[in-house]
Amino acid sequence: MNDNVFMAGYGGQGILLIGNLLACAAILENKNATYFPAYGPEKRGGAASCTVIVSGVEIGSPVMGRPDSMLLFNQLAMDKYFERIASGGLCIYNSCLIEDVPQLRTDIRKIAIPANALAVELGNARLVNMVMLGAYATQTGIVAMDTLKAGLDAILPERNKGFIPGNIMALDCGAEYVRKAGVIKD
Amino acid sequence: MKNRLFVKGNEAVAMGAIEAGCRYYFGYPITPQNDIPEYMSREMPKLGGTFVQAESEVAAINMVLGAGAAGGRAMTSSSGPGISLKAEGMSFMAGSEIPAVIVNIQRPGPGLGGIDVSQADYFQAVKGAGHGGYHLIVLAPHSVQELYDLTMLAFDLADRYRIPAMVLGDAMLGQMKEALVPHAHQLPKDLPPKDWAITGKRGRVRGNVVKSLYLADGELEAHNWHLHAKYAQLKERETRFEAVGLDDAELILTAFGGAARIVKTAIAMARKEGLKVGLIRPITVFPFPTDIYRTATVKTPKVLCVELNNGQMVEDVRLSVDPKADVRFYGRPGGTGSLPDPEEIFAQIRKHYKD
Repeated sequence: MNDNVFMAGYGGQGILLIGNLLACAAILENKNATYFPAYGPEKRGGAASCTVIVSGVEIGSPVMGRPDSMLLFNQLAMDKYFERIASGGLCIYNSCLIEDVPQLRTDIRKIAIPANALAVELGNARLVNMVMLGAYATQTGIVAMDTLKAGLDAILPERNKGFIPGNIMALDCGAEYVRKAGVIKD
Repeated sequence: MKNRLFVKGNEAVAMGAIEAGCRYYFGYPITPQNDIPEYMSREMPKLGGTFVQAESEVAAINMVLGAGAAGGRAMTSSSGPGISLKAEGMSFMAGSEIPAVIVNIQRPGPGLGGIDVSQADYFQAVKGAGHGGYHLIVLAPHSVQELYDLTMLAFDLADRYRIPAMVLGDAMLGQMKEALVPHAHQLPKDLPPKDWAITGKRGRVRGNVVKSLYLADGELEAHNWHLHAKYAQLKERETRFEAVGLDDAELILTAFGGAARIVKTAIAMARKEGLKVGLIRPITVFPFPTDIYRTATVKTPKVLCVELNNGQMVEDVRLSVDPKADVRFYGRPGGTGSLPDPEEIFAQIRKHYKD
């Protein structure tokens, strides 16, 4: 399947890392993929966002004005970007940090994931990004979970490889959440 | 499927350079190209090469000048403000006919400007950043693969013509990641020997001299005509471009580098709605692919030039097209929030297609 997904939140939430991971996994599956980050000069705490495009054909623009999917990590991102989601699109949002969700757009599928709470339950608040990615990948089937897990090894620097088991748990946790919540529809 | 790596654009430049045999890198940090020196600082020592973070851009370009004059494959990289500082050195290298590669991962300006996506430095790259009226070969990649391939090509062209070559990227291409198929560099067998290089006097009656100062009567004019002939030769032999969908086009879009990526998606949207839109994408912006514009616009006179600046390449497009052609322009200069998306370019296609 093809998709273009925009992810946004605070710097430090690991948004660029999961963008990287998703695009890397798509390439491991022999698809075409682009990853395009946007960030400010701040080291952490600023706004962070990226776009990942996965396609069976040559990819032109690595950015889209109206993405088909969004992963939104905080209220700021929700307020700023939600309206841009293409009609018929998908929005997965972190309900721990997002209370206000615009109700007007009934043409978008919205999935709330209590990603912070789930990450804390797993024992590390920093796993919020992987919970969200696991949910997104399972919901859309854009890449196989196994490929994402393999991708972790490819993109993480040597010094961070000890975190791979925790990250795999978090990917599975996000996947499990969307399955149990019964939000997956065909 | 071939071995596909997932690589950041800036790293592809460094990988291509190393594969092409570059063993001398001199630079000074500036966003958005810092991955290039970072990669070089890590990899050069492993290869027995030289990496120097110089005290300034001026120092770095003069180190490149020295290494190139001694016959080495040398490179520097920077972004707009740093390229301005290197301009004097580039002029000296052009005058002294020293091959080397200079990479500009553009950011918006003028002055310090910003760190986002822009193509603000087309004029600077193509018209000669420094003094004295010279040209560089300027290659304009539009993908991570091309950043790799064209960096290799830049070294070969620089050596073949004894001229500095520039790789003109931008913050989109430099920062994005996509698939790269690495391959061995095939050094062209017919490259001229570097018998002009300053490698000591052994075996020579007089040592070689590489210089840009010509004071004898008529000497400088002869030198300039010689350089001029070289530029003419480049125009004749080394022009490269991509042309898509010109056969049935009612409107020709033209763009280079990162802008061409956005334009390609916009064209796909237009084609889906039955609008006949073609593309000319210069891959060399010096030498500029004049002929394809002239021949294409005899048949399809309407052209829309899209750039991530306020209109620079469009001047070369206007000089190239059939005299009856109608060249329009759409551009945004770059800066936070100033990157046009494909939908925006598609709206421009609709507008210009109709009237």
